[in-house]
Amino acid sequence: MGVHERIAGEGVGGGPDGRAHLVVVGNGMAGCRAVEELLARDPGRYRVTIFGAEPHVNYNRIMLSPVLAGEKTFDDIVINGLDWYHDNGIELITGDPVLAIDRVGKSVTARSGRTVSYDKLLIATGSDPFIIPVPGKDLPGVISFRDMADVDHMLAAAGAGGDAVVIGGGLLGLEAAHGLTLRGMKVTVLHLMPTLMERQLDEAAGWLLKTALEARGQTILTGADTAEIVGDTAVEGVRLKDGTLIPASLVVMAVGIRPSVTLARDAGLDIGRGIKVDDHMVTSDPDVLAVGECVEHDGNVYGLVAPLWDMCRALADGLVEQHSGYRGSVTSTKLKVSGIDVFSAGDFSGMEGVEDIVLRDASRGIYKRVVVKDERIVGAVLYGDTGDGNWYFDLLKKQENISDIRDLLIFGQSFASGGGQADPKAAVAALSDDAEICGCNGVSKARVCQAIVDGAVSLDAVRSTCKASASCGSCTGLVEQLLSITLGEDYGSEHIVKTLCKCTSFGHDDVRREIVAQGMRAIPEVMQKLHWSTPDGCSSCRPALNYYLLCAWPGEYVDDQQSRFVNERMHANIQKDGTYSVVPRMWGGLTNPRELRAIADVVEKFNAPMVKVTGGQRLDIFGIRKEDLPAVWADLNAGGMVSGHAYGKSLRTVKTCVGSEWCRFGTQDSTGLGVRIERMTWGSWMPHKFKIAVSGCPRNCAEATIKDFGVVCVDSGYELHVGGNGGIKVRATDLLCKVATEQQAMDYCAAFIQLYREHARYLERTAPWIERVGLDFINSRIVDDEAGREALTARFLFSQSFSQDDPWAARAAGAEAEQHQHLGEFRPLDAIAAE
Amino acid sequence: MIGDWIDIGPLSAIPSRGARTVPVAGGEEIAIFRTGDDAVYALVNRCPHKQGPLSQGIVHGHAVACPLHNWRINLASGEAIGDDKGCVPTIPAKVDAGRVLISRLHAVTSALAA
Repeated sequence: MGVHERIAGEGVGGGPDGRAHLVVVGNGMAGCRAVEELLARDPGRYRVTIFGAEPHVNYNRIMLSPVLAGEKTFDDIVINGLDWYHDNGIELITGDPVLAIDRVGKSVTARSGRTVSYDKLLIATGSDPFIIPVPGKDLPGVISFRDMADVDHMLAAAGAGGDAVVIGGGLLGLEAAHGLTLRGMKVTVLHLMPTLMERQLDEAAGWLLKTALEARGQTILTGADTAEIVGDTAVEGVRLKDGTLIPASLVVMAVGIRPSVTLARDAGLDIGRGIKVDDHMVTSDPDVLAVGECVEHDGNVYGLVAPLWDMCRALADGLVEQHSGYRGSVTSTKLKVSGIDVFSAGDFSGMEGVEDIVLRDASRGIYKRVVVKDERIVGAVLYGDTGDGNWYFDLLKKQENISDIRDLLIFGQSFASGGGQADPKAAVAALSDDAEICGCNGVSKARVCQAIVDGAVSLDAVRSTCKASASCGSCTGLVEQLLSITLGEDYGSEHIVKTLCKCTSFGHDDVRREIVAQGMRAIPEVMQKLHWSTPDGCSSCRPALNYYLLCAWPGEYVDDQQSRFVNERMHANIQKDGTYSVVPRMWGGLTNPRELRAIADVVEKFNAPMVKVTGGQRLDIFGIRKEDLPAVWADLNAGGMVSGHAYGKSLRTVKTCVGSEWCRFGTQDSTGLGVRIERMTWGSWMPHKFKIAVSGCPRNCAEATIKDFGVVCVDSGYELHVGGNGGIKVRATDLLCKVATEQQAMDYCAAFIQLYREHARYLERTAPWIERVGLDFINSRIVDDEAGREALTARFLFSQSFSQDDPWAARAAGAEAEQHQHLGEFRPLDAIAAE
Repeated sequence: MIGDWIDIGPLSAIPSRGARTVPVAGGEEIAIFRTGDDAVYALVNRCPHKQGPLSQGIVHGHAVACPLHNWRINLASGEAIGDDKGCVPTIPAKVDAGRVLISRLHAVTSALAA
């Protein structure tokens, strides 16, 4: 019907040789492929003229990266040489871009003034690089990565050496960075998003890619927002919005491409995001066709090469009146960086009812994720081993039912097609023989296995023979797994290893030890190296990993807000109605008129329905809406108060009694000591909440013996108590030791907290922790080992140097405003009225 | 302009593995979730258990854990996962050209039903 039937119908055939004249605007991959397809069907049907803006014959644009990298030459990537044009009677006009189309007179005019009339016009103008509109974008030395001229420019710049900045961490940008690195430049990649190639890769694969590129000497800055390109007469550097200045003599902009539609728009054709075409690649003018990256088909615009082939087939079928029709394409991506294998295909987002099958092999640096819906593959991300990429892509395109091979699907075609067995417990088995299992006693995997083989067939037997797991016990999980692996079914575990969560086969202690041993510094890295079975964990493991990393790498690890429970993310306590309560810090339970006035004013200003004195000697303001929190904090900050961390797995309060300053029984300045301890410990993140109290005499009015750390002052000094707990199961403290000076009390406190921070499992209070590891262990580390204690204290104070920024002040100043603001508002009745 | 879909803002305004809220005049607040792999879901911002604000929960995979009692809700179906039983209304949502769109019809219906 309609448009396509007239493609080669009436009005065609008026050329000098009696054949219809097909004029192709664009000598690139799409334009020439379309002509090839046409020639294959009916070589004599049209007289063909091709205009090219570049001074080259038809070459393979996607192979520019290997040319830049020095792996290929321009001649290697030519698709059709001059002889092809000649042999097929095609007139080629290079270096002369078409600037105007006269659709009424049916002719095109090029920059040189040359005018050529057409019967059929094919627009294949491709796409233009997107140039981010920042100051300095037009400076010499700022280029895109789109054609051979750009490559020549980069090669010239690389010859002089120096620094290059590539803006854009997508496919094109990374290939440019790779080439420039190989050419000897020092390359920094700036990427706006948190992970590289985020449109093709998920976070796990993006992280692996970043690590691999960094290992090759590139600097990768994610979340990097370019503010301006600086330089007087040529590029000198790039300044980020955070003020960082990165020197560069070459800046490559590779942030994306846009369909090149100027010519078509000027000619009055229908334009959406690209030139709108029907299934036969016909535009709104029946004699004008378009193909390639410049078109929009069925709402889709493509920036990859594979759809071209399908489009050109449909186009040529239409030109010879054998209409088939283009139905859109499913695309796959492969990164062309030698030695780094990345594959992505289909959709791994945005659908209901999808399931993930994930395989991670840390020792070989492999991550595979296949997304399945209704027993069919809908997407795949492969890193490290992309050998099965095409197989998955094939199954995806054919929509094959994979239910029969589902269990083995992730292991690849050779496994799934029969033979081979997968070992789901590969994680521990994959550790090398010299891997250290027990850090306390320096026992290797081989020694543990030898002990088991020699007859130590239970955990206790292993502990008593080779000493593995006999000290702090943190490697118990690993030893259990080695027993299980070595003995197989003969090992009836009396201790089933309690894993961190269902996403992993490792326990808390294993994960913590491996984080430090392997120097892991990010959540996706831990999930990859420890073979997580889910793409991004769960609400149990993510907060735990976030804490373990924070504890292991103070000042270095960047907290992941989305891995925090609501209270820690919002810096307030959520209540059953969804409002929050706010508790400002009152040091040692002391307050003053200014603070009380500020609190009173906040209560009135925000109509807080309740204010309550807490068990921790401070005031809790209830019923604050999340939108109002920053304003409340600003007012409390103005009154001299900071966050009380009543919401955190962190130091809560230091409860005090009035002590020797006022009390007739007081033996020491318990109030002052409490304030000083709170000043030292506030803001620290811990495995669970942590409460401290200081009582001025054994009457213990501050209830120090049911706190995590309690000080009871006596005439001769300070009794230090640990591991107390109110709550569901009351536990009185154990007496740790007695010290003589206030400074010692503070140092021991810091050491104890750090020991707890480094050894307890996430969400384990000090009471169950001490019952698990035993008071002897605490004594041996805090009391008996002076050097160890001092080191613990030093590590705690170092960590504190990064954690004592008031989170409220940052939020009140506008940080993370999206946590508090609505995205928008919807007024359905207004909408209905408008209809 | 009245279409089938309401544009509620750019995808980039929603943190990855997070959510933002859209209050509905005369109805219940809608929570818009963005998963780690950039899928987008819209649900009424109310846990079927004790009405907790789901938007404040931890998003993992295509599920959210309610901040009040850790019920896990399937973002696609709105149903509680595991032993818990309950369901929260969902509103069709999609991303087009970087913009988050929710179904006008469902948003209106769920507002009027509230």
